[in-house]
Amino acid sequence: MAKVPVQFTLNGSEKAEFVESGTTLLHALRDKIGDTSPKGGCHQGTCGACSVIVDGELRLSCLTLAETCSDADIRTTAGLAEGGVLQPLQRAFLDAFATQCGFCTPGMIMAAKVLLDRTPNPSREDVVEALSGNICRCTGYEPIIQAVLTAARANSQNAA
Amino acid sequence: MELRKDYFADVRKDGLHEIGQPRPRLDSPGHVTGKTAYFADRNFPGMLHLKMVRSPHHHARIRSIDTSEAEKHPGVVRVLTARDVPHNVYTILILIQVGPEDETVLADGKVRWKGEAVVAVLAETERAAQEAAAKVKVDYEVLPAVFDMEGALKPGAPLVNEYHGQNYYHYDSGECRKVRFGDVEAGFARADHILEQSYQSSPIEHAPTETTGCVVTPEGNDRFTCYTNTQAMFFTLDNASIILQMPGSKLHFVGGTVGGGFGGKVDVIVEPIAILSAKLTGRPVSFIYSREEEMQISSPRAAEKVVIKDGVMKDGRIVARKVTGYTDAGAYSRHSPYGAQKGAAHYPGPYTIPNVWIDTYCVYTNRTPSSAMRGFGVTIGDFALEVQMDKLARLIGMDPLEFRFINAYRDGDMKAHRQRTEGAALIECMQEASRAANWPVAEKYMAMSSYRKGA
Amino acid sequence: MSLALQTFSSVKDANAALQAAGTRYLGGGTLVVRAANEGDVSVSSLVRVTDPGLSRIAVSGGKVRLGAAVTMAAIARHPELAALAPAARAVGGPAIRNMATVGGNLFAPAPYGDFAVALLALGATVVTEDSEMPIEAFFAARDGSRAIVTGANVALPGTDCFRFLKVSRVKPKGVSVLSIAALLQRAPDGTVTSTRIAMGCMADRPIRALATEKALLGCKLTPREIAPALAVAGEGIAPITDPIASAWYRAEVLPVYLGRLLSN
Repeated sequence: MAKVPVQFTLNGSEKAEFVESGTTLLHALRDKIGDTSPKGGCHQGTCGACSVIVDGELRLSCLTLAETCSDADIRTTAGLAEGGVLQPLQRAFLDAFATQCGFCTPGMIMAAKVLLDRTPNPSREDVVEALSGNICRCTGYEPIIQAVLTAARANSQNAA
Repeated sequence: MELRKDYFADVRKDGLHEIGQPRPRLDSPGHVTGKTAYFADRNFPGMLHLKMVRSPHHHARIRSIDTSEAEKHPGVVRVLTARDVPHNVYTILILIQVGPEDETVLADGKVRWKGEAVVAVLAETERAAQEAAAKVKVDYEVLPAVFDMEGALKPGAPLVNEYHGQNYYHYDSGECRKVRFGDVEAGFARADHILEQSYQSSPIEHAPTETTGCVVTPEGNDRFTCYTNTQAMFFTLDNASIILQMPGSKLHFVGGTVGGGFGGKVDVIVEPIAILSAKLTGRPVSFIYSREEEMQISSPRAAEKVVIKDGVMKDGRIVARKVTGYTDAGAYSRHSPYGAQKGAAHYPGPYTIPNVWIDTYCVYTNRTPSSAMRGFGVTIGDFALEVQMDKLARLIGMDPLEFRFINAYRDGDMKAHRQRTEGAALIECMQEASRAANWPVAEKYMAMSSYRKGA
Repeated sequence: MSLALQTFSSVKDANAALQAAGTRYLGGGTLVVRAANEGDVSVSSLVRVTDPGLSRIAVSGGKVRLGAAVTMAAIARHPELAALAPAARAVGGPAIRNMATVGGNLFAPAPYGDFAVALLALGATVVTEDSEMPIEAFFAARDGSRAIVTGANVALPGTDCFRFLKVSRVKPKGVSVLSIAALLQRAPDGTVTSTRIAMGCMADRPIRALATEKALLGCKLTPREIAPALAVAGEGIAPITDPIASAWYRAEVLPVYLGRLLSN
């Protein structure tokens, strides 16, 4: 089995690994690098639990091959809190009871983060659209939508 | 949230410190930082991957199994068949004396549903396990299959499960669970109207975001640690102990964090074979359902059929109810004999009816074995009952909510399965629903109480 | 055999590599990586091309050249491709749209391939290294195709000429029950002078609604006048059956949704 080198930045720190050719980014992150915050829910691009941010864009790590991410800037939910301090988005999920089993949460937070990075004051419709590729089977969508809207308000107050 | 403290004010202590207060969930900080550890977040050096070869047929005799090509496939470490499993025939509820053992860990001589586990392949990578699984040759003689409960109960239907000897579960009460209360035929005889309706449902998959699975690691001292997302930790441990013929003290189960269960992770399916694999190879083993397996293989909520015959008076009183319930267990029992039994106790609904007759059948068919899911045995029944209540109200020209007030059970009422009603709050719930939904009912119903004089 | 990825800078070299058995082209990964994840062991080698030209969108003279690696997200946000944006936005959720490509969508089996339905209605041509063919010809030969699609050429429809509808059971996003795209040219009095209508999920790949197109000619888009066109919508269809819907259901609801899309 041919091993290939992959090198990228994960949550701001350099990572280099040898992986088998054809390895998904999800597998590389979880089983090689040890960042298990992206979850494998379907491995078919349907559930969104594996969502990560690659060069500022939301991507599904289960359908992305690690080799195609050379030199990329990769962000995951595990890297969001700085110095152990939760970001407003994380705080809002906590306060709004927007987690139940928690399995979809890291993916939801990634999808919400790219939305808020580009659209600081989203409408409810914007939030629903941004989360439309992420499935919560505990069906706690309403608190999740409220959490993202709350985080947006917190961000804009901090900026003001 | 609004707390209506005027209900039951005289029987309730008011020193509530938690109810109505927001409290953070203990597990949320882990969820929002991605630090919560699910079973699949454990990764061990040298871990093997288990892939299951499954039956492509609904019902077939296995003539032969040839694993020789699979065993030679690069990366394959071990291939397991029925003869490798110490106690291959089991049933989950044997722990509470609900037998007989009727299901195989790996199929032995016969498959009874499409997707049944036949051969387990253990390999260094998932890909190698998948490739080798494709090389296992199973020679099947396809048998006639039955997919509907009525068909399965007809004389001459294909026998689904030989361990039962007939296509229904044999309770101590006979071919079905029975409730007999009052004289239902006398009730029908004096009823102003009789309405008989049939309701049915399809199987429902829980579809948790995290698929069923476990990771097992041998601890080197004859003990095995099993990281699992089971919802039924000790049930699983005890059944694994029986299947593997190992004392429970050799098994260390680690769980508690489940990425969505909804009742779909209470069957003991992945753990015993994964522990056996770890034992026979001496290596850590991962057995995780693919999404397709989760949807097609894991137990769904049972398909049900409910036939309800009610006798009702013009004044709104239901005087007789006869229910025949059918629960489609699929090919094996799992939790379905219990689900069908729950239905027997539940079918009168939250209503006081003087004459009740209930039969509930747990039926075997060549479908995916069904099992627990949120209120199994009662949820579909409630759908049927409440649709029936609306139809009855329409039949006698009565408001559907007032019709329910007339029949609502109240404290002290004897239920059909001989449990006296206590702590009822249906009247009060409906009074509040009437206000909240702006669906007014006559003042006499708003003045009712779940308390009965003398109760 | 494990899975291996081969990366090429030119389409020419990749086309050569793609001739080997067990080899498939990797676009956005939403089809082929998914297949590998799901245990399709028939593919042992993936081929990709890094040529930036494949990701280019070139608009000129009312026409657009979409490189095969252009993503749905890139089309949805392009200021000059507003007419195509609804079809691009109909594909997947945000993450999928960042990955799924024009080329991949052309190969996506039903119920996927909603964007390709739009391309069929618009009469796009499909470009490979050494050919350019009408999209109908591409679909007819799709199963045996081994040449890498490098792009699609599309004439951009005028304002109000193009309509697109995707029907799914989950809101706001879900897998298609069906999708319909309609290019409609009308005379000043509103009568239809020419039309191309394409449908998704009505076969294993997008197909034209030829009988409906013919019946619409000379009609105004009123419920009464389009009724004969809707009555023949089922001609030549062979809808798919999948967990989303049965063939019967898809055939039953097709005229309903077609009517909603066409009537003003």
